[in-house]
Amino acid sequence: MAAPLSVEVEFGGGAELLFDGIKKHQVTLPGQEEPWDIRNLLVWIKKNLLKERPELFIQGDSVRPGILVLVNDADWELLGELDYQLQDQDSVLFISTLHGG
Amino acid sequence: CRDCFRAFYIHKFRAVLGKNRLIFPGEKVLLAWSGGPSSSSMVWQVLEGLGRDSAKRLRFVPGVVYVDGSQVGLGHCGPSRLPPPLPCAARENPLPTPMMLPPGEQGHVLWFPLKSFVELLTGHWPRPILGSPVGVTPFYPHFSEGAACGQSWKDRARTLADVKLILQTVGFPWHTVALEEVFALPPSVLRCSAQEPVGTMGNYKVAVDSFLQQEHMLGAEGVGGSPNSTQGEEQLGQPCTQDPQHPAGPPPADQTEALSRLFDSVKTLTAKEELLQTLRTHLILHVARTHGYSKVMTGDSCTRLAIKLMTSLALGRGAFLAWDTGFSDERHGDVVVVRPMREHTLKEVAFYNRLFAVPSVFTPAIDTKAPEKASIHRLMEGFLLRLQAQFPSTVSTVYRTSEKLVKAPRDGCAAGPRCLLCMCLLDVDTADSATAFGAQTQDCSQMRPPTPPAEAPTVPCCSTEVGRVQNCFRGTKPCGREDSRARVIEQLCYSCRVNMKDVPSLDPLPPYILAEAQLRSQRVWLPPRASPEIQEYLVESSDD
Repeated sequence: MAAPLSVEVEFGGGAELLFDGIKKHQVTLPGQEEPWDIRNLLVWIKKNLLKERPELFIQGDSVRPGILVLVNDADWELLGELDYQLQDQDSVLFISTLHGG
Repeated sequence: CRDCFRAFYIHKFRAVLGKNRLIFPGEKVLLAWSGGPSSSSMVWQVLEGLGRDSAKRLRFVPGVVYVDGSQVGLGHCGPSRLPPPLPCAARENPLPTPMMLPPGEQGHVLWFPLKSFVELLTGHWPRPILGSPVGVTPFYPHFSEGAACGQSWKDRARTLADVKLILQTVGFPWHTVALEEVFALPPSVLRCSAQEPVGTMGNYKVAVDSFLQQEHMLGAEGVGGSPNSTQGEEQLGQPCTQDPQHPAGPPPADQTEALSRLFDSVKTLTAKEELLQTLRTHLILHVARTHGYSKVMTGDSCTRLAIKLMTSLALGRGAFLAWDTGFSDERHGDVVVVRPMREHTLKEVAFYNRLFAVPSVFTPAIDTKAPEKASIHRLMEGFLLRLQAQFPSTVSTVYRTSEKLVKAPRDGCAAGPRCLLCMCLLDVDTADSATAFGAQTQDCSQMRPPTPPAEAPTVPCCSTEVGRVQNCFRGTKPCGREDSRARVIEQLCYSCRVNMKDVPSLDPLPPYILAEAQLRSQRVWLPPRASPEIQEYLVESSDD
């Protein structure tokens, strides 16, 4: 049983367009059976925060290629990608590298 | 490790510049800034590089240009989606409060005329607020006819303000141009100027040594004289320059109309993107030439170049890959386009910008939120990035391939006719009727007054020229629409021709393109070639 988590979710590089233009979201993830990891977080974001065009952000289980994910300013590849377990007061940043030049 | 990453990143930038030895000390270099992460990173690198101690300092004189293409940069919000209603306050007072800019500023201020979107909602066309002469100008959002996107005028104005702020922070002399100004460009933009002698290794070393000597002497004498180094300092202190070409006012509404008409008339997103790219290049080239910049730096990153390489292949630009994706692009002659960010991947750029707080401005582009298959560019981007996710060396492999491309002119003839739009040497062969390209040219010639069908390879040459003669020399008969279109199409390379297929009418094109096409087609008659001229007389007399 995981306690509710307070996490800061941030979007950059154009990804905020899909979230009403709001870059920073302070979210409180409700308590649930399994511990929160990035996989669950993505599902949660898709259900609650994503306003339009889910295919531009999420592809299958993971994010679309071209979107960088940083957890506490560290590349998520170093932390186990989707399996990283979220801690309280973590900061997850999604940067879209696709837009602009 | 943050510090190692930073050192590595900066080193790559300097190494790319140093390895190619194209930028001479004291040279004026224009940085093409789009607001996006790569070009912002590039501008920041230049800023940092110029500020260092003298031994490793970058030694050129920079300026920044920002092309505002937001009039056409509206994404796809879905055909059935209506634009969100303006907030009530806006409805009563549809114009934002004027942006107050610092009084001393003289930079050219961008202007967005209001479009029919607000007219629809409010039922009337709001009158502009007149501000004080210098620097205070109202900003209006612009929405093109077809695709009004979710961006409100507030966002648009905010973007503009961010752009201004960043340009001021950077401190280089800056120029902003609106995309509408393509309608005011002179045809000379499309002409390749005489080439400057390309600096050899020996020249470069000599130039650097003499520059260092100069600096040393000046330092010893303690005089802040006229040579380039101190001039560079002075220019850095200058906040901005006013572009002499434009008055400090809005581009005329008819230009914006013309621009949106042009882009609305283009049928596919691929052609739109290519056209936008071409127009933007011409604008930047014009700014560079007007202000005496001999080099232009663009922020194309490794990932972008790999995508560009594959996209160019798909678009039929295979012959020009070396110019499109190489480090330097000398097709314009006097102005050389340089790509210093080409060894940095987008991921590195994003990380750097995040970790070291490089400011950038997000502006929606023409392909924002476009679905995957909307254009060839999007398709290729999706393809490469997905492949990259599973095979991490994809992008670098494609990029390395681009490094190996050599710029050899076709058949050894360096001075041939150039494409009207992209200014590359024409890769066309009018006698080549057997290829797909030849079939395309046949199509063009058939649009004219009937000429004998082409059987032998040489006949299309003559018949096209004969056709042209018939149109030009028969003063009484006006040149038909198809003829003027065919005349322009003839002067384009293969990929530009394919793009033009998606442009149903050439009328909305900016006048400088059509004027130059006219000029060139008349000029073609000058080279002394006996047989076509004789042919011409024969046909005319037989018709008479």
